[in-house]
Parts: sequence; C-alpha cells; structure tokens
Amino acid sequence: MASMRDIKRRRNSIASTQQITKAMKLVSTVKLQKTKARAERSKPYFDKMYEVVTSMLAKSGTIEHPYLKPQASAKKAVVLITSNRGLAGGYNSNVIKLITGSDMKREDLLLFTVGNKGKEYFSRRDYTIAKEYPEVIENPMLADAREICAEVLELYAKGEVGEIYVAYTYFKNTVVHEPTLLKLLPVEVDPSDIEAARSNSLMNYEPKEEEALDLIIPKYITSILYGALVESVASENGARMQAMDSATSNADEMIDKLTLQYNRARQGSITQELTEIIAGANATNER
Amino acid sequence: MADDKYFDLEVITPDRIFWKGKAFMLELNTSEGEVGIYKHHIPMTMIVVPGIMTIHLDGENKEAAVHSGFIEITDDRITVMAEIAEWPEEIDANRAREAQERAERRLRTHDPKIDTSRAEVALRKAMVRLELSKMK
Repeated sequence: MASMRDIKRRRNSIASTQQITKAMKLVSTVKLQKTKARAERSKPYFDKMYEVVTSMLAKSGTIEHPYLKPQASAKKAVVLITSNRGLAGGYNSNVIKLITGSDMKREDLLLFTVGNKGKEYFSRRDYTIAKEYPEVIENPMLADAREICAEVLELYAKGEVGEIYVAYTYFKNTVVHEPTLLKLLPVEVDPSDIEAARSNSLMNYEPKEEEALDLIIPKYITSILYGALVESVASENGARMQAMDSATSNADEMIDKLTLQYNRARQGSITQELTEIIAGANATNER
Repeated sequence: MADDKYFDLEVITPDRIFWKGKAFMLELNTSEGEVGIYKHHIPMTMIVVPGIMTIHLDGENKEAAVHSGFIEITDDRITVMAEIAEWPEEIDANRAREAQERAERRLRTHDPKIDTSRAEVALRKAMVRLELSKMK
C-alpha cells in the first residue's frame, strides 16, 4: 500500500491540475458563447446563398460550365480546418479521421491546412501541404476565406485539381459537433432541393446565367469556407469546454478516491502505532 | 400611403443582418448599371458592384455603401447579399481617402506585376465610401 505521503502528494497534484482544467473550462465557455453568436449571426447569409445557388443550378442544369462538371484531374484539394491548440477532446482527431478514413489516396491529395494540428499530423505522414494558414483559425475573417477560395479556384481553373473539398466540424449545437467532409467543386446540391427550386424558377438573370455563375460561384465557395471556419471555431470551443468539464469531474472523482485511501492509510498507521505501543507496554509489564 | 406599395427588403452580410423591413423603393448599382426597384418587379438576380444603395422608406431615405454581392428579386421580397455593407457613420473618411490615393498611385505606375482590375475595384470602393461619408 502506498504511503501516506505518496497519496497526499498525488492528491495535491491532481487538485492543482483540476484548477487548471476548471479555469480552461471557464475560458472556453466564454469563448464558446462569443463564437457561437458569431456562427449564428452569419447563418442567414449562408442559407440564402445556398438557396440562390440551388435555384440557379436548377434553372441552368443544362449549361456547360467548368464549375459544374467534373475536371479530368484525379487530384483533390482539401481545405482542412483544425485548431491550433489541443486539449479539446476528439475535436482534431475527428476531422483528421475524415481524411484518413476516406478512400482518398495520399498521393492524390493537396492539403490547405487551417490550424496547426492538422498540418502537424499530415506533414509528419508525408502528405502534400499546398499551403498553411495557422493564424486564420484564431479569428477567421471573410478576407481569409476569400484568399483560400481564390487559391483553390485557381488550381481548379488550371485543371491541376479535379475536386475541392472542405473538412470541418459542423456546429449543430453546444454539445453536438459533427465532423463533416463537404464537396465544394464541382458544385453538388441535394437533388430534392433542386426539384423544389425548379417548381418556382421564374428567375431572370442579368447578366446571363453563365456570367452570373462565374461571379456567384466564387462567392458561394467563399461563404461556405467562411461558414466552415466560424462553425469550426465554435465547435472547437464547445469540444474544449466538454473535455475540460469531464476532466474536472474526473479529477473530482480521483480526489475523492485518494482522500478515502489517505484516510485509510492514516487510520492504518495509527492502529499500527497503537499495536506497537501496547505490545511494547505489555512486554515491559511482563518483566 | 397604401400598404401594397411596400415590399420586404433584407440586406444580409456574412456577419449580420444589415437591414430588414418594409421599403418602398431600392436603388443600387449593378454590373448592368444603376437600377431602381419597386414592388412587382419581375423575378431577377443581378450582380451588385460597389456603389451607394438607397433604401426609400416613407418620406425618408437610408443610404449605405455596398461592395460586391448580388441581389435576388422575387415576387414581393428583395434580398441583397452583400459581402460588405456599411452605414455612413461606420465609414472612416480618412482611411478611404488614403485607400483612394493608394489605388490611384498603383494604377498610374503601369507595373505589369500589379493586378489592375483589383486596384480598380479598390479605387471604386474608396470613392463610394468617400462619397457616402460626405452625406452624413
């Protein structure tokens, strides 16, 4: 059995870890509220954007446009959104698993990494990192999304990549975050949405659909990337809050267990001392 | 004024709902030129270019700068999706003046390395901002 001093030391160290996890939980709760509000504020824009693009595609299903049909290249560009910091439970590894668990081959992938964790993981495994944006995830701005969008669209236009994806964490609510792999190009929308849009598509376009698509699709991708960024940040803080919450309650449990052990050990040592004293006294009396 | 003159207008940017409510007429710049839209316009989608957007309300006009985006007109509602939208009081005139100067300088140099179309857009944005800031 561990000595009293060992148990006490262990308990103290857990208590100080618990203080850290408690503080981190508080910080991420505050950050979560901020980032959640931001993700919610930007939601109407993306919903509308999706609606407009779907209805455009419903109408222009027949037109030939490079953004709508698959390119010949087998290469895939993936914008991977992870955090810069760890201690967020499975947050980062879940996003990484989206890539490693899919049927995309390593040599076909071109990664655009936002956040350090994903970049570290994949560069260690010899994946091609086309570009990294470590700072963006701290405070994503629309300009960042635009920059990434321009970068991937250029590759796509040159025919160097055939498909563009974004891997991010969808912020469903405070406790549920779903890692999501979304195809950006060629544009794919839900067939049922297209059906719905087709029924009321009396829309006119000025300029013509082709030109309008040229202008709107980059905006659409930029807005999806921006949405993915703000939702990932919200999810990161949500995941960290949960991780820290369970770490704090784990620490509580361990402290309880160790306190019990400590008290037992203390009692044990008192009993032992008493037995020794009584035995000693008996021995002297008998003489 | 009769109620049926008004349409629902929503101006949405990525970080907020910029304006929402009933309006009587909307004026803005599109890639095809300046347009003014009343209720019962035919359904249409147009590309918005940097310019001043005027929302005509009852006896009152609201002006704002919008840069890049598009507008969707359906039967009785109009949605403006702007990447950037600003009220006059949000504009920093000094900064806009500097940006204008910078863009003009860049256009004058004829350096092949410089992206002319980008500088032109920057110049137009700065000019729109300046014009609007004078109105406040």
